[in-house]
Amino acid sequence: MATLADFRAEKPNWCPGCGDFTVLAALQKAAANMGLEPEDMVTVSGIGCSGKISQYMGSYGFHSLHGRSLPVATAVKLSNTDLTVVAAGGDGDGYGIGMGHFVHAMRRNIDITYIVMDNHIYGLTTGQTSPTSDKGTKTKTAPDGSTDEPVHPLQMAIMAGCGYVAQGYSGNLKQLTELIEGGMKHKGFSLINIYSPCVTFNKVNTYDFYKQHLINVDEDASYDKTDRFAAIKKIEETEELLTGLLYHNTEKLPYHEANTAFPTTPIVKADINLNQENWGKLIAQFK
Amino acid sequence: MSKDLGWKVGGAQGEGIESTGDIFALSLFRLGYYVSTYRHFMSLIKGGHTNGKVRVTTENKGHHGDDLHILLAFDQETINFNFHELVDGGFLIYDTAIKNVEVPENDKVNIVPVPLTDIAKEAGSTIMKNMVSIGATAAIIGLTPDDFRSVLTDRFGSKGGDVVESNIAAMQKGYDFYKNNFTNTIELPARPVLKPERLFISGNEATSIGAIAGGARFLSQYPITPATEVMYQMVKQFPKLGGAVVQAEDEIAAVMMSIGANYTGARSLTATSGPGFSLMMEALGLAGISETPLVIVDVMRAGPSTGLPTKTEQSDVFTMMYGSHGEIPRIVLTPRNVEEVFYFTKEAFNLAEKYQCPVIVATDLFMGMNKWTVESIDFDKLHNERQNFATQEYLDSLEKGEFKRFDVTAENGISLRTIPGMKNGRFVAMGNEHDEVGVEMEETELRVKQMDKRAKKLVGFDDIVGATYEGAENAELLLVDFGSTSGIQREVYEELVAEGVSVGHLSIARLLPFPTADVAPYINAAKKVLVTELNSTGQLAQQLKQFVGGHDKYESFLKYSGDPLLVREVLAKAKDVAASLKKEVTL
Repeated sequence: MATLADFRAEKPNWCPGCGDFTVLAALQKAAANMGLEPEDMVTVSGIGCSGKISQYMGSYGFHSLHGRSLPVATAVKLSNTDLTVVAAGGDGDGYGIGMGHFVHAMRRNIDITYIVMDNHIYGLTTGQTSPTSDKGTKTKTAPDGSTDEPVHPLQMAIMAGCGYVAQGYSGNLKQLTELIEGGMKHKGFSLINIYSPCVTFNKVNTYDFYKQHLINVDEDASYDKTDRFAAIKKIEETEELLTGLLYHNTEKLPYHEANTAFPTTPIVKADINLNQENWGKLIAQFK
Repeated sequence: MSKDLGWKVGGAQGEGIESTGDIFALSLFRLGYYVSTYRHFMSLIKGGHTNGKVRVTTENKGHHGDDLHILLAFDQETINFNFHELVDGGFLIYDTAIKNVEVPENDKVNIVPVPLTDIAKEAGSTIMKNMVSIGATAAIIGLTPDDFRSVLTDRFGSKGGDVVESNIAAMQKGYDFYKNNFTNTIELPARPVLKPERLFISGNEATSIGAIAGGARFLSQYPITPATEVMYQMVKQFPKLGGAVVQAEDEIAAVMMSIGANYTGARSLTATSGPGFSLMMEALGLAGISETPLVIVDVMRAGPSTGLPTKTEQSDVFTMMYGSHGEIPRIVLTPRNVEEVFYFTKEAFNLAEKYQCPVIVATDLFMGMNKWTVESIDFDKLHNERQNFATQEYLDSLEKGEFKRFDVTAENGISLRTIPGMKNGRFVAMGNEHDEVGVEMEETELRVKQMDKRAKKLVGFDDIVGATYEGAENAELLLVDFGSTSGIQREVYEELVAEGVSVGHLSIARLLPFPTADVAPYINAAKKVLVTELNSTGQLAQQLKQFVGGHDKYESFLKYSGDPLLVREVLAKAKDVAASLKKEVTL
């Protein structure tokens, strides 16, 4: 059986203290905890600091285009439903350039886990406003402070039909590992938005800031994570400064099971040659 | 007796014009004739003029023909748009229900007013006016309603036998009306023998079954005219073959999904047209640098931007050959008839897998949305083999992390591939430049090695025919084309040969790798080269100048109205060029 070491690959070159180290560690631990073999897992990432995670993860990987991890991950899963598929990226990648795919992958309920390392800033391009930057955030591209409403990925995910909506924080490896593991076990699309501080370009949304403000709903026994409206209310009330599994719906079938025409054997195993009978039927419609 | 028959039905969109054309065309096909079609339509659902042309011939043609012998008009617009196409001795059949009908004065055309709507009403429903009109046509060309029975049974049989019979009855009434009131006829040419292996199929349908025969089992696509029909066939067929279709949210997602499926090991494609193809440019580069197989079918339409969504053009030459930033190896195929659409699309999957690069198959609206005759497809030629995968045995012999997905020492630059699920074959596909193992890097020497490795893959490529030539050795006038216009050009060529012109016909089947060696001898030998293409800047001619040279020899016939070529317009230009050659000699 694979060990944690089997899920390690290249040594990360993120800035010292970057929140993404914890995300990688949590993903590696979750995979090992689940008893996965590295060859049966694929990590698909977009572009940005966070996008490098596919190279550091010991699974198969696809470091794709900016904003396009989800369509790739969708097809990887649908082509081989035996695989465990994780898509990963940052807030700019997923909620900016890739926002369209985010909503549609959730609508389709593809059985993949989407990990977003949300640092409220564009890091790799050295500090521009991101879609999750708070109003008033001053950056190189918004020197007077951003006036754009930030996107609200958690609420959006719930509204788009995502059945596993969680938020983690890079300061809490244990909880993050559990959330990712839960997401990978969930049959359907799972979102884990992670507050992963950028220590170089974001001086507001820091470890200290989160330590002071975050509440943990996983520790609240009275919180009903199966209630959509309660989840949205909680997210709004806390101004999104919360962690834990926020919404969980186990009743929806993932895409490949909901579509009755979808093959039960992985598509990669389909015969690439037709037999004479199939061929005969195929061309009979053109006579 | 006419050499061939041109028949056209026209009316408002949504009036059943398309199905009238389909029934007529398929019936004539089943009688043994070769049939080519062309649909004129607009980008709206109801209203607007639409017509369907059917050409009936005794030899296989790649053009719907210049001439029109019979025009069926359900409205005034059909007469206004199409009457001028009728040959002397042709027939206009129009519905007397058209209010204040105006028919141009022409005593060489048979004018046949028929109460199509009234007769249909009498037969049970005005919907059947189409059948009445086919009945009148049958009377003119010496057929009977029974000749259409098999097609009607296939179409309406599931609705119950009386639906078929009432349609036949309506057809009979149209037939009888003509026989009782008119006498002129057109004699169809003698029927060729119908061979059971012949197919009557559109370019898009040929794309679909070609992809299926090539092992494609995953399609991700966004609906777009004129490529949407490719999806329909896959939606029908894939569930039976263990495959699936995903309707993507846009063409970026469509192509990225296709790349993802190919990376995972499923043979996959996406089909699109200009606007969607433009959106796919960044992904094209990703497939190139990550060495992931990819097949894109570009059913070209008139651009730029939204352009003319329902009209044909060949203006994506530059985009297909050079689109996307940076440099990648790619294969661009331009099938010249519907049979080649099938074989090239099928082979695209083997090529993409063999060379681990994008393959673009270019068809167009003209070929894609219209139906043509295919003589036969040989089942025994359809076998596919998986290519250039590492074996598990080989991977097991390596140390952990030793597998070099992008091995620069690989023969011809083609390194072995693994797919998820293979032990010890781990790699990361990426759009970043990378080293041999697949780790992102910016080291200059390794960068150059990887660029050279990828470029090397297609050197000496000759897996698919580059161009074909017909004509005399050292022909003075060389006609050149690519893709779907080849069929029209063949007719132009035949006319010129009949007139004694020293002419050759060179038809290009592949734009990349550019078939320089296949075309250069003919261009070098010719005195004038006439390049015919459906775009305004002579995109193919520019390639010929670049790859072959001989700049002073070129003449272009360019059409970019959105309509397909006519034989006579190309012929007129070709004759002008031929005449200029003679003048040069006498000078």
